Amino acid sequence: MSKWSPTEPSNLQKWLAGSLVVIYALVTLLPLLWIISTGFKTPADSIAYPPKILFNPSLEGYVNLFTTQTRQTEEYLANNPPTNWYEQLVHDKGMVIAGPSRYGERFFNSIIIGFGSTFLSVFLGTLAAYAFSRFKVPLKDDLLFFILSTRMMPPIAVAIPIFLMFRSLGLSDTHAGMILLYTAVNLSLAVWLLKGFIDEIPLEYEEAALIDGYTRLQAFFKVVLPQATTGIASTAIFCLIFAWNEYAFAVLLTSGSAQTAPPFIPTIIGVGGQDWPAVAAGATLFLLPVMVFTILLRKHLLRGITFGAVRK
Amino acid sequence: MEISPLEKAAVATPKRFRRSIQRLSDRAVAWIFVGPTILLLLAVNIFPLVWTIRLSFTNYRANRPNADVKFIGLRNYERILTDSDIWQTMQATAHFLCWTIILQVAIGFALAWLINRKFKGSGLWTTIIVLPMMLSPAVVGNFWTFLYQPQIGLFNYLISFLSGVDPSSFTMIGEVNLAPWAIVIVDTWMWTPFVMLICLAGLRSIPDYIYEAAECDRASKWRQFWTITLPMVLPFLMLAVLFRGIENFKMFDLVVLLTGGGPGSTTELTSINLKREAFEKWRTGYASAYAVILFVTIFGLASIYVKALNKVKDR
Repeated sequence: MSKWSPTEPSNLQKWLAGSLVVIYALVTLLPLLWIISTGFKTPADSIAYPPKILFNPSLEGYVNLFTTQTRQTEEYLANNPPTNWYEQLVHDKGMVIAGPSRYGERFFNSIIIGFGSTFLSVFLGTLAAYAFSRFKVPLKDDLLFFILSTRMMPPIAVAIPIFLMFRSLGLSDTHAGMILLYTAVNLSLAVWLLKGFIDEIPLEYEEAALIDGYTRLQAFFKVVLPQATTGIASTAIFCLIFAWNEYAFAVLLTSGSAQTAPPFIPTIIGVGGQDWPAVAAGATLFLLPVMVFTILLRKHLLRGITFGAVRK
Repeated sequence: MEISPLEKAAVATPKRFRRSIQRLSDRAVAWIFVGPTILLLLAVNIFPLVWTIRLSFTNYRANRPNADVKFIGLRNYERILTDSDIWQTMQATAHFLCWTIILQVAIGFALAWLINRKFKGSGLWTTIIVLPMMLSPAVVGNFWTFLYQPQIGLFNYLISFLSGVDPSSFTMIGEVNLAPWAIVIVDTWMWTPFVMLICLAGLRSIPDYIYEAAECDRASKWRQFWTITLPMVLPFLMLAVLFRGIENFKMFDLVVLLTGGGPGSTTELTSINLKREAFEKWRTGYASAYAVILFVTIFGLASIYVKALNKVKDR
C-alpha cells in the first residue's frame, strides 16, 4: 500500500547504496578501532606480524602511560614484592614503578585550558552575537568579516609575534596565556554561530517584553538567553573540541607547566622504540570524549563546521 | 523577581550609576556587548599582525633579543621570492591541496549521493563516517605513522593482502615518491566527511517537485543529474572546497606529526617550512615576511574565490 513516487529510490537502489556506505564506514572506522585495540595489547602483540586481530587483552599500555618505571636488580625485586595488580604487571618485566608520568598533568591542562577558553569565548561571543543580531552596529558587515578573517591566518604565522608578545608579558607556558589565545581564536566561530542561532529567535518575544516594561538587559537575560540555550550549548561544544584538539600553538608556546595533551602524546616513548600501546592508550582516553560529543552534537554538526554558513 | 548578573552589579554600585546601568540605551548596550570581543581580537590578532609586518622589514632574530635590529627594507621579501627551496615548498603545498580537494570532493559527493538514497540506518552510518573529522589531527596523525610502518603496520598489511606486494618492501612515509601520497591519504580519510556533510545538505535542499516535474517531462536520470542535481549542489560544493582549501593551505599539525616534512623536504608544506624558519633557525624577520606573503596569498585567493562563489549562488 505504499504511495508510489518518482523520486523515491527503489528497494534495490537503497540496498546497494546502503551496503556501499556501510563498507566505506567500516574502512574509515578501522584506524580508530586499531587505536582502541592497540591500547589493550602488550608491546609484543602490538608489533606482531601479521597484525593481530585477536589477542589477550592487557592493561600494560595504560600502566605504562600513567607511570614511569626503572629497571631493578633481581635482588631488589625479590625483596620488594608487588602489592597490587599494576605493580605486579611492571614487576613481571623486571621493573618497578618510579612514579606517575606526566600524562595526567597534561590531560588536566587540556581540561583547564579547554573549559576556560570555551567559557570565555562563549560568554563574549553571546554578547557580541546578540548585539550584531539586534542592533544597528556601525560597520556591522565589516566587523563581522574582520572577525571571520582572523580565522584565515595560518597559526604559525600568528605564532611569531604572539610568541614575542607572550615572552615580554610573561604569559608563555601559562594557563592564562593559552586560555586567552584560544578564546581569541574561538571567538570568530562563537560569534558567527551564535549570531545564526539568535537570528532565529523571533523578535516579537523581546518586543513584547520591552513593552511590558523590561529593560533591554532584562529582555536579553530573561527572554533571549533561555531560548538560545541549545545554540549556546552546541557552540560551546564546538569551541571545546577546537581547544581540545589544537596543536600548533600548544607546541610552540608551551613546553612544561601549561603543555596540553596533543603535543605530549607523540612524545611518549617507552624502553627501546616507541611504546605503541601506551601511545594508543593515551590517544584513546584523549579521543573518546570528542567521539561522544560528536554523537551528541550530530544535529548541529554541519552548522558548526561551516561557521553557520550552511543550516539544514 | 530574579535579577540578572549585570543588574546585580548595578545594585552593588552607588545609586547614581545604578540608574544609568539599568537605563542603558540600546546603543550603549551594543557597544558594551561588542567591545570586549573587538578589543580581544585587536590585541591577539591585529596587533600581532601589525607587529609581523613591522618585523618583516628587519633582520631581527628572536633568539638574540639584545642584538642590533636593522631595517633592511624589502630584502626579506626579495630573498623569499627568489628562493628555489620556497618554490619547492609551494609546489608540495599545491600538490597536497589539489589532490586532497579532488579526492575529497569525489568521494564526499559520491557518499552524500548514496546516503541521500535514504536507506534504513543512514543516520547512524553518517554519524560513524563523520567521527575522524572531529578528532585531534596531531594525535591521529601520530598514530598513522604506526599504521604506515613497513611489515607491522596495518596499512601496509592490508595493501599487501589486497595486492600481493611484500608489506616490508615499501615505507609510505619514508620514500620520496610515496610520502606526498601518504599525507594525502590521511587528510582524505579525515576530511572527506566534511565535504560529504555539506554535499548532503545541498542534496537535501533540492525540493522533490523539481524531480517530479523532470520525470513528467521524461528527462532521463542521467540528464536529471547533470541539469538539476549538480547545478543545485554546486554552491555547496564550492563552499566545501573553500573551507578545505583554506584549512589545507594552513595545514600543519597532521603533516608535521606524520612525516615532519620529510623525507628530505618532499612533504614540507608552507606552514612546516615557516615553522622551521621561525622557531628552529630563528630568522624572525625573514619568517615574518614569509608569514605576510602567506597571509596575503590566502586572503587574495579566498576573496577571488568568494566572488566566484557568489556569482554561482546568484545564478
